[in-house]
Amino acid sequence: MAPAETVTVAMVAGALRVSTPFLFVSLGECLTERSGRINLGNEGVLVLGAMVGYATSYQTGNPWLGVVSAALAGALLGAAHGGICSLARVNDVAMGIAIMLAGTGIAFFFGKPYVQPSAPQLPRIPLGFWAIESQVRSALEVSPLFFIGLAAAFAMDWFFRATRMGLRVRIVGDSADAARALGLSIHRVRLLATAAGSALAGIGGSFLSLSYPGSWNEGLSSGQGLMAVALVVFARWNPVHCVIAALIFGASGALGPSLQTIGITKGYYLFYGTPYVVTLLILAVTIRPGKALRGMPGELSIGR
Amino acid sequence: MTAIAQLGAAAAASPSAAAADRLYPLRRALETLGAPLAALLLAAAAFAVLLAALGKSPADFCALLWKGAFGTWFSWQNTLQRAAPLLLTALCVAVPAQLGLVIIGGEGALALGGLAATVAALPLVGAWTPFVQITMAIAGFAAGGLWIGITGLLRARRGVNETVASLVLSYIGIALFNHLVEGPLRDPASLNKPSTWGIGDANMIGPVPGTELHPGLAVGVIACVLCWVLIFRTSTGFAARVTGGNLRAAQLQGLPVARLIVLACMLGGGFAGLAGMMEVAAVNGRANASLLAGYGYSGILIAFLARHNPLAIIPMAVLLGGVGAAGGLLQRRMDLPDATVVVLQGFIFIAILASETLYGRFAWFQPRGKA
Repeated sequence: MAPAETVTVAMVAGALRVSTPFLFVSLGECLTERSGRINLGNEGVLVLGAMVGYATSYQTGNPWLGVVSAALAGALLGAAHGGICSLARVNDVAMGIAIMLAGTGIAFFFGKPYVQPSAPQLPRIPLGFWAIESQVRSALEVSPLFFIGLAAAFAMDWFFRATRMGLRVRIVGDSADAARALGLSIHRVRLLATAAGSALAGIGGSFLSLSYPGSWNEGLSSGQGLMAVALVVFARWNPVHCVIAALIFGASGALGPSLQTIGITKGYYLFYGTPYVVTLLILAVTIRPGKALRGMPGELSIGR
Repeated sequence: MTAIAQLGAAAAASPSAAAADRLYPLRRALETLGAPLAALLLAAAAFAVLLAALGKSPADFCALLWKGAFGTWFSWQNTLQRAAPLLLTALCVAVPAQLGLVIIGGEGALALGGLAATVAALPLVGAWTPFVQITMAIAGFAAGGLWIGITGLLRARRGVNETVASLVLSYIGIALFNHLVEGPLRDPASLNKPSTWGIGDANMIGPVPGTELHPGLAVGVIACVLCWVLIFRTSTGFAARVTGGNLRAAQLQGLPVARLIVLACMLGGGFAGLAGMMEVAAVNGRANASLLAGYGYSGILIAFLARHNPLAIIPMAVLLGGVGAAGGLLQRRMDLPDATVVVLQGFIFIAILASETLYGRFAWFQPRGKA
């Protein structure tokens, strides 16, 4: 293959693999933020989901049970965040970081015995069956979780646009006063949105340990949970745009390793940082002083 | 929020009634001390239940925790060593917080501060040591200050939210750090752990004579005290607190709000950069991934636990440093994973942050008078 093709194939492969946890965490964060709350604890949820998913898959032999239990563990931790943040005067940014610490701590604490054994992995869909080159074949072996994430993004978009529940989440996120006037329970909506968002983040974590990189150790997450906040800003709180954001952030991470395949080893981390520079530029250019970012939920503490 | 509450309280209590309630300051102090202590006990109780469920003795755990954190001179040194960078990274949050800003980008500022200090020292290896060390400190402070200063500038000039901006800038900073450490500045001899060239043994800041403590702790404590004086005893600090309490009032008073925001961010970021410089100059001797140990994130929590009071940062950092220091002993004696202390720290943080909600809930602590 020509060098350009090699890089493209490696990058597509990398983007498809790396973007899946980004996709789930950013969708979860998007749901939580649309209800007017920020959850930085999704980093802890991601690590906990990875551990619980791996442990369940090892104990039961069924990786899909691992995905489900990772979602449940994430929902529990998210509910803890959501519940405590409903108390008056508790800062959701600081609490998120405390949850992040507690979640990673619990995952490392209970995950110690699972570092060595190898658990059954999720299957992959061989979309590259038509190709002759083995690189293309292995590049297009996509995890079903990627498609589930894709479906979840469109489902969430529909949920916000067309359902009564979605409207409630948006009202609570945009104006607490309007929600109170309508008699909505703000705390309950936010609690459920936080728990559901963290369940999605937990699934993203299970992808890390059950598909790619596909093992459980303490250095598994490279901060995708915190980065999700940047991705959601990049996606302007739109679930479908989260897919694009996840692919771009995933591809930028994959660009370095794929350039390595043709011998370019410089600037690995600079590519990696590029999407963050773009996010910052979006923030700096599109905001007019005194006006919130378009699409940003009005009740979000980071919007004021 | 608090300023409004204070205004309300002041309006409600007439001067004579306030004078009659002489014990109010005492009760208020009791409330500020009692709420976090109650939370600490709750966290400890929850953790004891967890241990008991796993068949480990909570009593043994407490004894070992105390021994590993504060029991001996050796463990005190370990505790204080861990507290040192946290003092400075907590200031990175607490100083801008006076203006109502929530900065969470200390991790990136610390990394860049450490890197800048190393880069500043590299051409000076062999020069007069104090000169090299002072240059390193200035470089570290400037790099951290610049990084968080950008956040402040974006906030003041463009209205960009500082929490998101500082987080994104932190990632950009870490990417830049990794690029330079693993690329142009990498010492080819560092194979397993990519590092920059060393600053040279002669330029390392040695321990305080007779101890193993490096002077980073003293720098942190002095910085905390100076910040307290700046915030509570100068007109600049007063202007900052007015801005944090009520932005509109500050603008109407003609306070230089934009300049205060940028200054506070630069000062806070500078302290985080200084923490990075100290880690390089006193511990690692070179810039590498050891700088990215999460000090920036722990600093955020410590600042919130201290309710952004620089003097309260000192005991909080020592407390959390102590819990971290006991990890090794607990691992050896009780066969617990080393993450045990992280779980305990997480419980403590969650409980104390949640205890914020207790303030003002009990009428007994509130000002009273004959009305």
